[in-house]
Amino acid sequence: MPLLDSTFGLAILDAITSSAGFKVVAKNFVYFLGGAWYTIFITALSVAMGMVLGLFAGLGKLSKNKIIYGISTAYIDFFRGTPLFVQIFLLYFGVLPLIYDNDSLSSAIIALGLNSGAYIAEILRAGIQAIDKGQMEAARSLGMNERQAMVLVILPQAFKVVIPPLINEFIALLKDSSLVSAITVAELMHRGDLVFANTYQATWVFGTISLLYLVMTKTISMLGDYAERRLATE
Amino acid sequence: MRNFVKLMLAGLLVLIMAFALVGCSGQDKNDAQSEPGPSEAKKLVVGTNATFPPFEMQEGNDFTGFDMDLIRAIGEVQGFEVEIKHMDFKALVPSVQSGKIDAAIAGMSITPDRLESVDFTESYFDAGLIIAVHKDNQDIQSTEDLKGKKLAAQNGTIGAAYCEEVKKADASTEVRIFDDIGAAFMELEKGGVDAVVNDHPVTAYYLKTATDTNAKMVGDIFSADDQYGIAVKKGNAELLKALNEGLAKLKENGTYDEIYSKWF
Repeated sequence: MPLLDSTFGLAILDAITSSAGFKVVAKNFVYFLGGAWYTIFITALSVAMGMVLGLFAGLGKLSKNKIIYGISTAYIDFFRGTPLFVQIFLLYFGVLPLIYDNDSLSSAIIALGLNSGAYIAEILRAGIQAIDKGQMEAARSLGMNERQAMVLVILPQAFKVVIPPLINEFIALLKDSSLVSAITVAELMHRGDLVFANTYQATWVFGTISLLYLVMTKTISMLGDYAERRLATE
Repeated sequence: MRNFVKLMLAGLLVLIMAFALVGCSGQDKNDAQSEPGPSEAKKLVVGTNATFPPFEMQEGNDFTGFDMDLIRAIGEVQGFEVEIKHMDFKALVPSVQSGKIDAAIAGMSITPDRLESVDFTESYFDAGLIIAVHKDNQDIQSTEDLKGKKLAAQNGTIGAAYCEEVKKADASTEVRIFDDIGAAFMELEKGGVDAVVNDHPVTAYYLKTATDTNAKMVGDIFSADDQYGIAVKKGNAELLKALNEGLAKLKENGTYDEIYSKWF
């Protein structure tokens, strides 16, 4: 049975490991891992910024104060209504240089954070509105003022509701962070781009990078599942 | 509300049908073109990266520049109907390799690395690299001074390869690689990098045409063996011969010089 011969398996292994694409990936794998680490770092900071912005903008959109409502709506509309790629260039080359001596890494985090903040705001707003009106009324009748009721009663419940869409947003943001490659942030996609430009091994290079992205997004979704289980009340 | 939704759906349907009709008529036109006409022009799909003036750039709905004039002129004398496609510079060689485009003309230097993947025509332009710095910069006078500085270049170019060499020699060098050279110049203008290493004609053209630029060129042109060629798929001897013949004809009948003086 020559097909099951152990030398046949070795021959396949040998064919793979001696291919030009494999060598390129093997040589650059640690470099790619470094890029993946960069991607995680950028995404984590952007998510943190997005959560803070999103909370304020989301509450702002529920505010009865017309000015706060207007500012929140304008912010959300702009960052949801224009392409992230455009925002990155607008901020990096246009707006941020007027404010400070911007570097590509901090600009990337600001752009991704502002963008995700707009999406998170809508997610949180929907979550808050999904909580039964009776909860607010009950909290108020216990003597809490509106702020106390919001912070102590509504938001904790809303948080549970919004975990799945938030996880979606985190995954989307991690993938979208590949766009900051264009302003030379050395994250995973940028590193893949650089290796590809010199080796032309599209399948191997971008295949490897896809796998690394997949590992990262799958990890986030598993963390989300875990959080959902832990917070389940029924 | 119901009516509104209905209206929207109807509008969408009309749009889709309109697109379908346009698509059909476009198809007809193509069919007509592919019928053997009097000249029976073969189609030549040429890839470029139209962010590299004066060699290739976008103007309205069309591509212009030295390379564009050249390849169209070659098409004329060799009986090709030239179709230009824009893509990332780094995608050009793989696209030629995989047959997505027939040839690539994009101020592309003939390098040993690229020759492993594609074939090149005879060189049609001698370029060479040059350093561009901020006009107040006194530190950088020549290639020697690039070590340990912040450098920018375009991905996949020999300028980028040169920057990586500098970084190899001195690890404190920071190399920033952009997808197009315009962004690299922007970075220089805003002070994010100390120098841009790029093909001389393109940098010279940028400094000539950019308004309010803070950049200047320093030092001599280096990598003087930097020559541009048109890339075709490896082993496509027929096309290679046709392009080389066309190039030779243009040089002979003065068209090449005409195009050259138009852009430089």
